[in-house]
Amino acid sequence: MNNKVCNITFGGIGGQGVLKASEIMGWAAVYAGYHVKKSEVHGMAQRGGSVESHVRFGRTIYSPLVAEGCTDYLVSFHRDEHDRLSVFLKPGGIDLIEHLDDANKAIESPRYLNTFLVGVLSAKLDIKKDCWMKAIKTVFRKEFVAANKKVFLDGWRLGQK
Amino acid sequence: MYDSGLMATKKKSTKAFLSGNEAVAYGAYEAGLKVACAYPGTPSTEILECLAGFKDLDVQWSVNEKVAYEVALGAAVGGVRSLFACKHVGLNVAMDPLMTSAYTGISAGFVIVVCDDPGMHSSQNEQDTRWVSIYAKLPMLEPSSPREAKEHIKEAFKISERFDTPVIVRMTTRISHTKEDMLLARRETAKTAPLDINVEKYVMVPGYARKRHALVEKRINKLKKFAEKTRLNKVEINDKKLGFITSSITYNYIKEHYPDASYLKLGMSYPFCDDKIREFAKTVRKVVVMEELDPFIETHIATLGIKFKAKDESFMQGELTPDLIPAAVQGKVKKVKAAPKRPPRLCKGCPHFFSFATMKKLGLFVAGDIGCYTLATLPPASALHTCVCMGAGVTFNEGLRKAHPNKKIVGVVGDSTFVHSGVTGLINAAYNNAKGIIFILDNNITAMTGGQQNPATGLTIRNEKTKKLNLKKLCLACGADNVDVCDPTNRDEFNALVEKRINEDALSVIIAKHPCKLLR
Repeated sequence: MNNKVCNITFGGIGGQGVLKASEIMGWAAVYAGYHVKKSEVHGMAQRGGSVESHVRFGRTIYSPLVAEGCTDYLVSFHRDEHDRLSVFLKPGGIDLIEHLDDANKAIESPRYLNTFLVGVLSAKLDIKKDCWMKAIKTVFRKEFVAANKKVFLDGWRLGQK
Repeated sequence: MYDSGLMATKKKSTKAFLSGNEAVAYGAYEAGLKVACAYPGTPSTEILECLAGFKDLDVQWSVNEKVAYEVALGAAVGGVRSLFACKHVGLNVAMDPLMTSAYTGISAGFVIVVCDDPGMHSSQNEQDTRWVSIYAKLPMLEPSSPREAKEHIKEAFKISERFDTPVIVRMTTRISHTKEDMLLARRETAKTAPLDINVEKYVMVPGYARKRHALVEKRINKLKKFAEKTRLNKVEINDKKLGFITSSITYNYIKEHYPDASYLKLGMSYPFCDDKIREFAKTVRKVVVMEELDPFIETHIATLGIKFKAKDESFMQGELTPDLIPAAVQGKVKKVKAAPKRPPRLCKGCPHFFSFATMKKLGLFVAGDIGCYTLATLPPASALHTCVCMGAGVTFNEGLRKAHPNKKIVGVVGDSTFVHSGVTGLINAAYNNAKGIIFILDNNITAMTGGQQNPATGLTIRNEKTKKLNLKKLCLACGADNVDVCDPTNRDEFNALVEKRINEDALSVIIAKHPCKLLR
């Protein structure tokens, strides 16, 4: 494991499943053996308002928040929120916004957007597939695991392109 | 119901990915906790929700923070390790028992977990609870991360029993709601202390309280000595040109920007470790004190005659986020950025919309308080006009009417908020012959904090059936002249009822009953 810290910023609006997406990401990084910190917002901020969540992993992580201009991967669930959050993206960072329309078209229901986008993200990251699968199994209730694994893999295939 | 996937983890391995709040719960569980009490409040709510997952614990949502504090303190006086959790403004409600519990001490470990909300993500003020430790003369620990939160809670129970004192553990939103990987440990077993009669310790009448006060002063001196030795206060000597004295999440933010500097991180922020601070200040060439919100550490270090730099006072407002650290360290004035965040609002189809539509239509001045319904202040509802604290929807109706007896003034309060502290206001209104309508917006849940049960829902924190509070009977018993129960989504009926009651010279309660849209 090298010293590099990986920064990921997730953003959307309350109810879109942003925190669930960062939860899958966080667990996958935990299973891959990294030190992980993930920030969330709860309560009033979730009532249809802006929701952002940062995941940082590496050998040693201090701040749970990504500083502006430092995120490696920006995962937006909503165009308006993308405009607000793009200040976090570092020069040369990877912006997944180009996949948002494809993602929305590919999924059966908006509630799969989070898992799909994490699937897209997973194609860019050096974390083994079994870590992602374990993460999905941990994060979702039993009856939803199989469906989410499928959606995740659909996203992963799109991310490979 | 609460679901973080962490229970599954517990069974499979000892590695977990926990939020600061969950880490508090696990730390307390590992420390042999028996009883935990709280009233929900962001950012503290998940502590009790997580504890409720441990079936061998006695965990409750209490009616309010004062009640929660007293039940938990009673358990600790009785002889089992107990915990009280709240948000910063919740601690205000519990201040009465807190101040005197500093005198009585405990028989088994008692830990107060308070979650401050710098940046006011979900709160009505930005108070810095660290001052309470000075005011109440109680030791205070400040973890800087979820991992540390788990360790500090365990240490807090030890300190509590060793020094016979309640111990405050202060979290902030960023620590409560950050998740971090960590290892779980086995639960300690703690024996129940015997129930001895000790009136000089537990009956705080003046004669005994005077003696206890002397012990409180002695205790704080002993705790000062402890603060010098404890590893909670951590010194890291690196480059001696620059040394930070800091605490809480701020430590982690500075480490990102100044990895090579030296640090004194105060994990025990009260009482202060004066000798350690002096020694650190001598070791480094330049001392910078960096802390979020109020100048708590600064104010103390100034009394030690140490020269140091600190943030400009403009940084006393809001979160001290990673982006702001360089400017704060350099003593610059804070530049406020206009952040066009999407504001929170009532959910689509929320029953509160219907209630407020009627109030707006009738041109009522609406006194409100704390709950989802506070969001009715903003467009499109735009129908709520005051909000100070829990329960004040009821009492503000009475106060505002003293200034304007002939105006159409009403109060609104939620079901959970009414039980928390609205009911005393209603008794007061009846007793003092106040008029007007009090709307209890009964959506059958404590909604704003994510859907917690309360006495009016008839279910416990574990969703078990319990005695259900009858709000209508309660309001009649308080002395309301009329109590109507009406579904606000039946618009015509609701409109007609409100129109009728507002023109009467009476104290009326309208229970606007319709379940929260988020309830499954």
